[in-house]
Amino acid sequence: MSGDALLTRDQAKALADRVLTFSTADETRVNIASTWSGNTRFADSSITTSGGSGDVSVTVTVTIGKRRASATTNVLDDESLKRTVERAVSLARLSPDDPELMPELGPQTFPPINAFVEKTADLDPEVRNAAVKRAIESATDAGKAAGRVFTAGYLEANARAVAVATSKGLFAYHRATDGNFSMTSRTPDGTGSGWASAGARDWGKVDPSGIGRIAAQKAVASRNPQQIEPGPYVAILEPQAATDLVSLIDRSLSARAADEGRSPFSKAGGGNRVGEKVVDERVTLYSDPADATLLGDPFDDQGLPRRRIVWIEKGVLKNLIYSRFWAQKQSAMPTGENAFAGGLALTGGTTSTEEIIAGCERGILITHFFYIRYLDPRTALYTGLTRDGVFLVEKGKIARALKNFRWNESPLLMLNRLDEIGRPEPTAPGYMMPALRIRDFNFASLSDAV
Amino acid sequence: MSPTRREFLRASAAGAVALASTDLIRSADAQTVAAPGPDPFTIELANEALTAAKGAGASYADVRIGRYRRQEIATRERQVAGVEDTESFGIGIRTLINGCWGFAATNQLTKDSVRKTALEAAFMSRAAQAVQRRRIELAPIKPVTGTWITPITRDPLEVPLEDKVALLLAANEAALKVKDVRFVNSGLQLLREIKTLVTSDGTNVTQTFIRVGPDFRATAIGEDDFQNYDEELAPRGMGWEYIESLNLPANAERWASLAVEKLKSRTVEAGQWDLILEPTNLWLTIHESIGHATELDRALGEEANYAGTTFAAPPDKVLGHFKYGPSFMNIQADRTQDGSLSRVAWDDEGVPADQWLLVEKGILRDYQTTREQAARIEKLTGVSRSHGCSFAQSWSNVQFQRMPNVSLLPGEQDIGVDQIVAATDRGILIRNTGSWSIDHQRYNFQFSGQAFYEVRGGKIVGMLRDVAYQANTPVFWNSMDMIGGKSSYWLGGAFNDGKGEPSQINSVSHGCVPARFRNVTILNTRKKA
Repeated sequence: MSGDALLTRDQAKALADRVLTFSTADETRVNIASTWSGNTRFADSSITTSGGSGDVSVTVTVTIGKRRASATTNVLDDESLKRTVERAVSLARLSPDDPELMPELGPQTFPPINAFVEKTADLDPEVRNAAVKRAIESATDAGKAAGRVFTAGYLEANARAVAVATSKGLFAYHRATDGNFSMTSRTPDGTGSGWASAGARDWGKVDPSGIGRIAAQKAVASRNPQQIEPGPYVAILEPQAATDLVSLIDRSLSARAADEGRSPFSKAGGGNRVGEKVVDERVTLYSDPADATLLGDPFDDQGLPRRRIVWIEKGVLKNLIYSRFWAQKQSAMPTGENAFAGGLALTGGTTSTEEIIAGCERGILITHFFYIRYLDPRTALYTGLTRDGVFLVEKGKIARALKNFRWNESPLLMLNRLDEIGRPEPTAPGYMMPALRIRDFNFASLSDAV
Repeated sequence: MSPTRREFLRASAAGAVALASTDLIRSADAQTVAAPGPDPFTIELANEALTAAKGAGASYADVRIGRYRRQEIATRERQVAGVEDTESFGIGIRTLINGCWGFAATNQLTKDSVRKTALEAAFMSRAAQAVQRRRIELAPIKPVTGTWITPITRDPLEVPLEDKVALLLAANEAALKVKDVRFVNSGLQLLREIKTLVTSDGTNVTQTFIRVGPDFRATAIGEDDFQNYDEELAPRGMGWEYIESLNLPANAERWASLAVEKLKSRTVEAGQWDLILEPTNLWLTIHESIGHATELDRALGEEANYAGTTFAAPPDKVLGHFKYGPSFMNIQADRTQDGSLSRVAWDDEGVPADQWLLVEKGILRDYQTTREQAARIEKLTGVSRSHGCSFAQSWSNVQFQRMPNVSLLPGEQDIGVDQIVAATDRGILIRNTGSWSIDHQRYNFQFSGQAFYEVRGGKIVGMLRDVAYQANTPVFWNSMDMIGGKSSYWLGGAFNDGKGEPSQINSVSHGCVPARFRNVTILNTRKKA
């Protein structure tokens, strides 16, 4: 099986229509997810697991009066689909009225988004494994200075077709692919570790050999890390590290939480901070599924179209995430849930990561982060660790490798301490992020981890 | 390590948990739900897959057919925020050819589709030979046939939804009685998984797993401030009787009042403090700093690209030598404890559930293993069998090494947290889990909690807020100087522990007693916007 076995638009429509005929509820919605995934995982120059799986799931959401419930199955014969509809109906009947229930949507228009690449959906095990082999060879070669470097990594190709249909005439269908490759390289003396990754809708844009080379180069360069006292330092976040932090902002963007006094965007005394300057004026943050560099999902689970939404424009908070209910209550435009699925870009700079390093008098360069967890929702404060390559930059050059740090920092507050912002680069499917240079990044303690 | 010695260890470890289990699971003897056997069509499909896999050259193959049912109910204040019911049915086939794994899975359960899927797995095994430095070798196994079900008196999926919703809304109502508590969230996750495993070795087992996970959060709003309080309602491998035993409506008001108390509490003074951790907090620290650190795939580097490696490596340098903690520290791995989330009769390779010590008298003794891993440390441990840690979250995922229950065994002296507080001059006591984070070799960690209390002169003198503790794993465990006895044992757990690529979820319990740690770094997490 491969990605070409996904349900086509016609097949998805026929399946949705079939399910809709089984329901006599006041309103019915059908969500279909047809998925395929092929992957290869490796460590120590051997493939440890590889797999392929295909599935089609159907979620039926029924509304009876003000009551609503969902049931999902992946067994697609008529009997099972009918049973699933009945299960949703019986759950809805038993549920109490939902005062916040919004009616299902009728027909909508969606921007055409071509996020499906055949080559990615056809990535078979032989092609995947050949790519893995090239990456290992490239890392082995680039890491020679340290001996035989250890490599571990993961390659996956995903293809999915999703559809939403309602009894009120809405039908939406979208196909997307993504190919992702990441690799870790460790030096035999156990003191150096490097990592690199890339992902794109089009596997052809991913360069496994290049990723292997960077991972090994970072591993070699990060050997024998030195310890410096934790504290506030200038931090240069490579685009992947910036992605790790900036993508957390969606958790703070709920309009409801802001209006209810539970968010960093809550206004003292009530309401929210839309219209206020919340970060450095060079920062613009937006989602736009139709943006050719993002190719996000054009609708949410309810079939609500995703449009271009500027969250922050030149430092000013412009929009929050509104569910349909909260939007109606507050007379705002609904954004749909999970708004960053429409892609995420941080713009405002034109310089490269190399130039940002070159312009740094003294700072700490970070490859990526690990194990990030919420500490305080009031300030969007998080904790986490650096990983796989931390370097001291002095007078515009990488001076030496440093030990890893734990940090306690807020992705929002840090954008108020912006020294420099780079030009956005693709870091993962749907993400365009720049390198960032941040003043007084709070490195809280040292980690012995390599 | 000699077999005699291992037998002794196993016997002593079993004794310790047997005591704990008695306290924990009062209803275990009252099992009223019988284990279903395999559906004949399932076995037919499995045999079809095995025949195809062997025909394609597999020296070993296993087939898992899973039927999963999951119900999730979420409420907020006086309303239901969502009800979802999901079923998933499919087959996953794993093949071993020339020492290379292949795996393929489908939801199309026809003989033709299953045959094709088996051939796809075999194709993957052959393709994997392009990158093969080491051949997979499996530890010996005795084929088994049987059925098993989580001991329960009532299947949570058979309880009427209205009863479940009524229970949650009654809890919310009680919480909303507390002044300044404006928001309440409560919910239930209920699972039933029926899994049949058939292997080319001759194993044929069908197991039914029931798991329940309740949650409760109250939010109090103050002047330009808010505080959440999450009660630590441990998920368990139990039935509806466990949810009822928690008596949510009767306790919710007390829990909610803690959110308000937090608003009024004093912010902590950062620095070095003695730390008293209740089991409701300590289980997660065990999970992260011992459970994950003793996974053999991490020690061998197989998880290096994702969850990371471990400081407890390489095995030949640390097994039998590494001092994890004080001599009264015994850490047991286990898949036999009734009521726990990792309880099975057989793992996803057909290996019978095991119980063994990872840390004995403070010294690292063993790791968590699967069939392909056992031989890699056999010379160091004297154990040739797999410890039975193979698990896949679904039929659609390949099985690999996952954490069993990992628990801190009670101390010899049967004391509780009150005696530990009484013996502490200046400390902080922490209840329930909050934020957690640990590095990729499991050295540096930082954990928070839900309720924090200042201890002075052997007494609790007031509530604190904004507390997190930060430490280095070996330093932290070696600073432990007091632990509770068997009466203070409690079983916490994680419903959704992630690991692997693609990431898979595992459910695992951790039993422990309260413990004291000396001179731990306490941070103040409050940050002005």
